Amino acid sequence: MHELSIAMQIVEIVEEEAKKHDSALVSAVHLEIGTLSGVEPDALEFAMEEAVRHSIVAKAELFYHYIEAVAVCEECCHEFKMDDYFKVCPYCNSINTSMLKGKELKIRSIDIQTK
Amino acid sequence: MCGTCGCGEDDHITYRKPGEYNLFHSHQHTHDGTTHSHAHDHSHEDHGHQHGHEHSHDSEHGHTHSISLERNILSKNDLIAERNRGFFEGMKIVALNLVSSPGSGKTSILERSITELGEKLNCAVIEGDQQTLNDAERIQKAGAPVIQINTGNGCHLDALMVNKAMKSLDVKQNSILFIENVGNLVCPSLFDLGETKRVVIISVTEGDDKPAKYPTMFETSHLCLINKTDLLPYVDFDMEKVKETALKVNPRLEFIALSAKTGEGMNEWYGWMQALKG
Repeated sequence: MHELSIAMQIVEIVEEEAKKHDSALVSAVHLEIGTLSGVEPDALEFAMEEAVRHSIVAKAELFYHYIEAVAVCEECCHEFKMDDYFKVCPYCNSINTSMLKGKELKIRSIDIQTK
Repeated sequence: MCGTCGCGEDDHITYRKPGEYNLFHSHQHTHDGTTHSHAHDHSHEDHGHQHGHEHSHDSEHGHTHSISLERNILSKNDLIAERNRGFFEGMKIVALNLVSSPGSGKTSILERSITELGEKLNCAVIEGDQQTLNDAERIQKAGAPVIQINTGNGCHLDALMVNKAMKSLDVKQNSILFIENVGNLVCPSLFDLGETKRVVIISVTEGDDKPAKYPTMFETSHLCLINKTDLLPYVDFDMEKVKETALKVNPRLEFIALSAKTGEGMNEWYGWMQALKG
């Protein structure tokens, strides 16, 4: 259920930013979610529907940009896509690898209406 | 709506020491009409207030602006976590975030650790559970100062809860602060508490596929304690398989196999903590 706390954080941050810019209406929110961020897309999208209610984000179009996870092997320096957390290098079988992207949990940008 | 679990009520997190009522409620700020500030650090809904602005505009035409934020969604939690971390560093406190599924023996490991070297290591404990003071009472009996956070329906501790709890716990310099997270191998992995190290605990009765089933927790932890080794003769648990799987997720993970019941392996665990204290 941590997706709901994440959804509510999104709404809170977006509301604050919109307010800073004297806007009372947010028309779009672009989110970046890594495929290995620990957030379940379906659960987040469902939670967002609830979290935006009664907020200035309620009418915003929500864009979910899912970022595919990539790791680099520290032995052979090859980069490879990660389908799951088991980041064994497919080139040299080393487990000495590091994730480069795929853990994103970010608000990329918002579109706001001002008078 | 509760920011932690999404139930219909307001946040209902309680902070208690054994024998005390709720020390404070998490909704301690006040709202004074529409002029309240947004300095509070957790989310609200259903307060009915508007975020209207008061100044007038020359133009009545609407404009759309795109604002680039590039902001981490958990940035508020992470900011408080960094404050906690700074406090721990300044006070030379080693803070250990203990995560596991329910029943792996977190509290038993703490009880034994506190009994055997509580004074030497200057231990204090923050207990996280959905309900009850049971664990806090066990820890107090073992002889360490303790505060219990009850998260209500919440599935994890966050940095703000730890921040509030440690203020009323009055953690001493050069101590070890155990933060026993809510028993859950999923949600706590996302929430940095400002801990020095994260310790994931599994027990041999849980099966050796835990790292395969719940990789995020193993990916974000520094040490894996494998508890209940006294039961190894009675269960099908492949120690090497567990380590091999977990290392594929996190090649830097360390392991200590121990039994909080018999004491086997506990010295290695104490040594690991003492090395952190320096």
